[in-house]
Amino acid sequence: MSELVIEASKLSRNFGDLKAIQELDLEVEKGRIYGFLGPNGCGKTTAIRLLTGLLKPSAGEVQVLGFNLPRDAEKLRLHIGYMTQRFSLYDDLTVKENLQFVARIYGLVGRQQNSRIDELLNTNGLIPQKDQMTGSMSGGQRQRLGLSAATLHKPELLFLDEPTSAVDPENRREFWEQLFDLSDQGTSILVSTHYMDEAERCHKLAILEEGIKRADGSPEELMQDMGAHVVEIGSTNLRQLKQELLKLSDVISAAQLGARLRVLINNSIADPLAFLTQQKSISAEANISVVRPSLEDVFVTCTGEGRQ
Amino acid sequence: MNALLRIYAIFSKELTQLKRDRMTFGMVVMIPLIQLMLFGYAINTNVRHIPVGVVDQSKTGLSRVLIQTISATQVVKFTEHYINVQQAETAIASAEVRAVLVIPKDVSQRLVRHQSVGLGSPPSSDEETSRPVAQWVVDGSDTTIAAAIKSLRNMPLAELLSKPVNRTTPTFEVTLLYNPEQRTAVNIVPGLVAIILTMTMIMFTSAAIVRERERGNLEMLITTPVRSIELMLGKIIPYMFIGALQVVIILGLGNLVFNVPVNGGLWQLAGSTSLFITASLTLGLVISTIAKNQLQSTQMTIFVLLPSILLSGFVFPYEGMPEAAQYIAETLPATHFVRLIRGVVLRDVEMIDMAFDVYWLAIFTLAGLAVASLRFKKNLD
Repeated sequence: MSELVIEASKLSRNFGDLKAIQELDLEVEKGRIYGFLGPNGCGKTTAIRLLTGLLKPSAGEVQVLGFNLPRDAEKLRLHIGYMTQRFSLYDDLTVKENLQFVARIYGLVGRQQNSRIDELLNTNGLIPQKDQMTGSMSGGQRQRLGLSAATLHKPELLFLDEPTSAVDPENRREFWEQLFDLSDQGTSILVSTHYMDEAERCHKLAILEEGIKRADGSPEELMQDMGAHVVEIGSTNLRQLKQELLKLSDVISAAQLGARLRVLINNSIADPLAFLTQQKSISAEANISVVRPSLEDVFVTCTGEGRQ
Repeated sequence: MNALLRIYAIFSKELTQLKRDRMTFGMVVMIPLIQLMLFGYAINTNVRHIPVGVVDQSKTGLSRVLIQTISATQVVKFTEHYINVQQAETAIASAEVRAVLVIPKDVSQRLVRHQSVGLGSPPSSDEETSRPVAQWVVDGSDTTIAAAIKSLRNMPLAELLSKPVNRTTPTFEVTLLYNPEQRTAVNIVPGLVAIILTMTMIMFTSAAIVRERERGNLEMLITTPVRSIELMLGKIIPYMFIGALQVVIILGLGNLVFNVPVNGGLWQLAGSTSLFITASLTLGLVISTIAKNQLQSTQMTIFVLLPSILLSGFVFPYEGMPEAAQYIAETLPATHFVRLIRGVVLRDVEMIDMAFDVYWLAIFTLAGLAVASLRFKKNLD
């Protein structure tokens, strides 16, 4: 087993009566990209704040890069980078001024500072914007600036809180290329997202719902170990069919994808095809086939949240 | 070393932001300029040309001369004539005039027997001499106006009869130091330095931390190695220069326009103002760590500003306030600075001679900085 950068056991945090995080166990290996997948309000941001020492846990233990939190939070800050969900640099400073500010905060001066900033502008494609006011930049440009600022001091561990929520798909692809580059250089990354395709890129991920970790593992493992069959039905009258199928207790969920209906059926049914052909609601001409599960299916299965 | 660099990082960032914020930058210059002109001219305790009326029951040449003599003092200006006292009192109630002079029918007899005129030989009886020439009916609610009219009580009347003035020797001789011409501006302008600095310095810094929180910058800042005290110092240093600039504007313009002298030494002036500037800035920072948003920080600024204007001795003398109000005044940095700056600018005292105020401002600054740094927590709990 390789070195762990984050080790948390029974980590909990309450806000009054609200249990934001409940008994979270977490192990993140060095040099990997670890994902938090979950809907909005599931505790992703709270979990990241607990792991960066911004919030004190109500219970549980957490060690990040060998530092005991919350006691050593201040020491940890030199070694981690954190990109917040909301853009948190200064709108009324230019790209370069923002980076200079962060560089000074981390004690980087003179030629070292200039070369590091140039390097970051280059790798993040921000050279044309370097004298532009940050407030007037696009979502993708701001996000690249955010990443530059968070990685300026070459942190060992990078926290990214929904980094791509305001970014178009093309920029997202490029952003993930950057993350893999960083990961390749030995940076460990923890990223939270609510996009399935993004979660699929992670080495490992944890699915969170209402502050509870429902499942974790690599995307492949999660898809393999999923407790359900995935069947697609090509037929007519899908809206009505969906309602009929959802009445069956072994059907976990049913979601329409264009002209097909994607149905998740509990593993307790040995032969899902036979099970479905027995149903009267399905016409004889219907085209039924078992398909490979996706991460969305995993997510739906373990959060028990039927997509209506 | 790194600590200094981090302070510098915050400092230069604040300065750049300030340079871009035209509105704030304009206020830095316009607030002292406009307030100085406004207060320099508007606040005047030497009341003149109070609109008054007259009820002339004698209608003689003498009563007309009496009215002219009073007008010549420029304290009052006769604008209305009333037939009787009832009508005059209605006019006072409706604020048409602030006071009314009632001249009785027998004004000439009264004048002749009046002590200051000194006619009537053999000397008239006490009862007769004690009768005043005429009566003022005044709207006494405004004490300043009332005092101005009361000051007319003993005006010399001898010139009415083209007789040399029967001079009386005053009980006391009064020597007026520092402001012999009794110009209000001499007292107002140095005090204005205290009020404008209180207003702008607290206003700018009280928004400082709150703004970062509102714009989401704070979440980033607290994940960096910046310490609270470094953040606080980096935030207030740029404003110290701004405060100094404002002091130069106020005292420079006060000297040019209102002819207010700057008698104290430059170092004494620099020392006392920078003490007050840092005290106000740290007070602003404390507000900033308490307020949840910029509206709250503005409200708290006004909460401090009002007593600073009214209780600091800027307009009303400290000595005239009841003891409880004096205690409140003593806690305000503005009170101590109003004393200091008037001392330095007008009376050329050294800071060492006003050690109490100097120490008080210094202790206030250190305590404020400590409270602000302690209150500002680097976490989101």
